[in-house]
Amino acid sequence: MRRRTRSRPPIAVAILAALAVVFFVVPVVGLLQRAPWSELGDDLTDPVVRDALRLSLVCSLGATALAFVLGLPLAWILARTQLPGRRIVRALVLLPMVLPPVVGGVALLLAFGRRGLVGQYLDDWLGVRLPFTTWGAILAEAFVAMPFFIIVVEAGLRSLDRRYEDAAATLGARGFTTFRRVVLPLIAPSLVAGAALTWARALGEFGATILFAGNLQGETQTMPLAIFVELQTNLGGAIALSLVLLAVSVVVLVSLRDRWFPA
Amino acid sequence: MRRTFVVIAAFAAVVLGAAPPARATGKKPSGGITVFAAASLTDSFNAIAKQFEKRYPDVSVKFDFDSSSNLASQIQQGAPADVFASADEANLQKVVDSDDVTATPVVFAKNRLEIAVDKGNPKKIRGLADLDQSGLVVVLCADAVPCGKYATEAFANAGVSVRPASKEENAKATLSKVSLGEADASVVYVTDVKATKGDVTGVKIPDRQNVVATYPIAAVKDTQNSAAAEAWVQFVQSKAAQSTLRKLGFLPP
Repeated sequence: MRRRTRSRPPIAVAILAALAVVFFVVPVVGLLQRAPWSELGDDLTDPVVRDALRLSLVCSLGATALAFVLGLPLAWILARTQLPGRRIVRALVLLPMVLPPVVGGVALLLAFGRRGLVGQYLDDWLGVRLPFTTWGAILAEAFVAMPFFIIVVEAGLRSLDRRYEDAAATLGARGFTTFRRVVLPLIAPSLVAGAALTWARALGEFGATILFAGNLQGETQTMPLAIFVELQTNLGGAIALSLVLLAVSVVVLVSLRDRWFPA
Repeated sequence: MRRTFVVIAAFAAVVLGAAPPARATGKKPSGGITVFAAASLTDSFNAIAKQFEKRYPDVSVKFDFDSSSNLASQIQQGAPADVFASADEANLQKVVDSDDVTATPVVFAKNRLEIAVDKGNPKKIRGLADLDQSGLVVVLCADAVPCGKYATEAFANAGVSVRPASKEENAKATLSKVSLGEADASVVYVTDVKATKGDVTGVKIPDRQNVVATYPIAAVKDTQNSAAAEAWVQFVQSKAAQSTLRKLGFLPP
């Protein structure tokens, strides 16, 4: 490999870049230095905190599962078919990534709420109510997080050499067998990365959840909601929960390092 | 380190001309202030600000409306508030105890609770005792928030135990769940129900069960504009502001 000549950055650029790094690092340091390390055990076993941890796990995994069930077929269609309006569909699907989550929450309420566009029929015909339920929290998280799964998996499918599938077909494998035995293993890294991103985003979801699902300990109060409420009365508990989320973020970052920071 | 900071801060204050209290110099209040106020004060303070800015044209007032408990935490963390108006005495005491407010708080209004139900009261709710029916979706304010604390007291007075579907972050958020139709009932302030101008219906809570909410106000110690902050604290006690508060359903202090 040829060594590239390293150029020295202009001093002003270096200073601004250093400021950017400081800007990102200082809040983390701020959080860590206020952490009540000795009471962390007590803070984490507090019932509010424990319920929030459990609920966050359930909801974020539920949202990720939903992303697999609904997102994988959509990613496949977006990557492999020439469906008219494909670009519009993709834009719509990715909208929640750029939409403020609070707006997502309002939209979900107006769609799936008790008087919502769809929600009124869910309630009248099926007796299903989503707001103020754990299902509502899962739905809110999936709405915000699923696009991450779709975009990553679609990219994985696109970069896949189609000759593998052609070869499987010539050997007599049917469509679904090919998908299951050839395509899925080959895009496994994308699936893992997409699921990790989706899970991390779902875990951190706040705005859509509190608006659509409400806030009740053990039912809909996930970790970010508990942090928001606890901050008003129990700073230690809020910091303890924040540390958990920070640790999770670090783990996700480290496990995806090859994808994001190729050496 | 700390001393250097103090010296720099003092120097900055002199250079930037941070105004000493107006009364000392006899200057008229000017500039901007940020008032942190309980969410239940949203409509009344917005109306009072118009009166205030007519009286003090050089002052512009900005608001941060949220639950008093959240605002108190933010002030303790150094949020740039000039005045704090709380929906209960406990949360103002919290910032007095942490030395973020040194002035003596003044009670400027009182409020009572009411049950907010869907327009026309289709579920025929007549009192707190009707709120424990199964299948009825009741939302309350979070426990830390004054309206949540007051509601808990009222339910205790009535001897009713309710399992809410959600505990919302402030009075206005709680009420919005009823006006959106997601909840059948909530317990909020009389003034909140009145402010919806008929979007929701209020069901009275009798005095023996009801709770009186007390609203104290005080300037924050670190205010950069104590003249205007003090003027606001005085103004909400004035006849003009008090009549606005009365009109919107608040009780006299």
